[in-house]
Amino acid sequence: MNIQFRENQEAASPLTTKSAIADCDIHPARATRTELYPYLAKRWQHHLEIYGVHAYQGMMEGPPYPKAQPNASRRDAYPPEGGPQGSSLSFMQEQLLDPNNVQLGVLNPLNTGQGIRNHELSAALCSAINDWQIDKWTSKDKRLKASIVVGNEDGLSAAAEIRERAGDKNFVQVLLLSRNVEPLGQRRYWPIYQAAEEAGLPVGVHAFGFGGNPITPSGWPSYYIEEMVGHSQCQQSALASLVLEGVFERFPKLKMVMIEAGFGWAPSLAWRLDKAWQRLRSEVPHVKRPPSEYIREQVWWTTQPMEDPERREDLFDVIKWIGWDRLLFATDYPHWDYDEPSRVLPAGVSEANREAFYLGNAKKLYGIN
Amino acid sequence: MARHVIAAVDELPPGTRKFLEIDGRPIAVFNIKGEYFGLMNRCPHQGAALCEGPLIGLAQSSNPGEIEYTKLGEIIRCPWHGWEFDIRTGQSYCDPRRFRVKAYSAHVEPGASVVKGPYVAETIPVKVESDYVVVEL
Repeated sequence: MNIQFRENQEAASPLTTKSAIADCDIHPARATRTELYPYLAKRWQHHLEIYGVHAYQGMMEGPPYPKAQPNASRRDAYPPEGGPQGSSLSFMQEQLLDPNNVQLGVLNPLNTGQGIRNHELSAALCSAINDWQIDKWTSKDKRLKASIVVGNEDGLSAAAEIRERAGDKNFVQVLLLSRNVEPLGQRRYWPIYQAAEEAGLPVGVHAFGFGGNPITPSGWPSYYIEEMVGHSQCQQSALASLVLEGVFERFPKLKMVMIEAGFGWAPSLAWRLDKAWQRLRSEVPHVKRPPSEYIREQVWWTTQPMEDPERREDLFDVIKWIGWDRLLFATDYPHWDYDEPSRVLPAGVSEANREAFYLGNAKKLYGIN
Repeated sequence: MARHVIAAVDELPPGTRKFLEIDGRPIAVFNIKGEYFGLMNRCPHQGAALCEGPLIGLAQSSNPGEIEYTKLGEIIRCPWHGWEFDIRTGQSYCDPRRFRVKAYSAHVEPGASVVKGPYVAETIPVKVESDYVVVEL
């Protein structure tokens, strides 16, 4: 008999046995409260110390619902050197990138400068986050690519930030959140789409954001679990707005990525939109084609939280409608509802579709060779 | 069934757990109020190190508005997705039909019996006069 203790164990399997993957939703965190200060003008540093930030959602010290695990993150993801989960590049490499053979990791910072009432502060914080992403992450690990965070409620400053970063290979998409002051198809957001289209960058719409509205269409729910499933309702509203306001018609080369709100609802939303559009098209004559066509042509979907029906055939039916070329694998690291790459896709998928799902689609969309 | 001596009783007081690897299997042994339980340290859902999660109780409700909280300190909650398992049995409360953690028998044996047996841990210095936690698998 031989007993070895856990502390002495080395990582089990060699890395090369795993196929390379893309992880299209990684959340880098700040190790300290003042980590952005080097990227902020003194004027804004002092402003933050004196006044703090005012979100659209009032009376809010933290997130409006508790988050199931500390910092909404895996309990095993605290870096050994201290700091919150997701704040250490070396530990992210050790825990996520290396063992899973991540070839492309797309960073989506949360708790940035988005959704702040003071639009100038919002723009300054977003720009600081973008500088920080380069300095702390993408310049230190070429597998990582950043999302351009923009002051979403001020389309003009957001567009300016996109234009400033356009062509910088550290960035592969523009990042919005799903909960905004108005539905995402509204005109105030159009400068964002115009600048993104010009820059050739997809616009990612990540779940969350706090635009001041109740987080469900029927008011404030009681439980965190209702917020979790409410993200899909919010993304549906966002997507319907994008189609019906004519964003996809106006910006035909625009690519949208729906991040962290599931995708199983996509077919039924498109069916209902198509049916209503057949009867009500005179109200929205700028929507020239059935809504489903825009959705299928201009929308991509990240997988986490991966749909998990009892019958895998149900999953395959949904994906067949969406298209195997439209799904982008994501873990949501380090958040607690993380999807383990080896466990999310059931058996019965062809090698070509698996490769597209885990890597190919993302490389193509984000222009990574 | 092989017996593995994994700790002196003094090293594993109530409320604590010990992680180890036996025959390539990651295992944790818990002391719950003086009783010992072994569990596979791998969540059957997506493979996280289950036993690193917090020990909580079991919240159950027979009717909305009536909540009973039992088994305090006997339920392990996965550090990733929060799946809950009974340490005594390895049973999952969200999907007991499909998900169960492998549970291992753990108990205390006097040093005298441990030393006499063929299953003496190489990493635990064993004394005849002490008691030891023994896992069977």
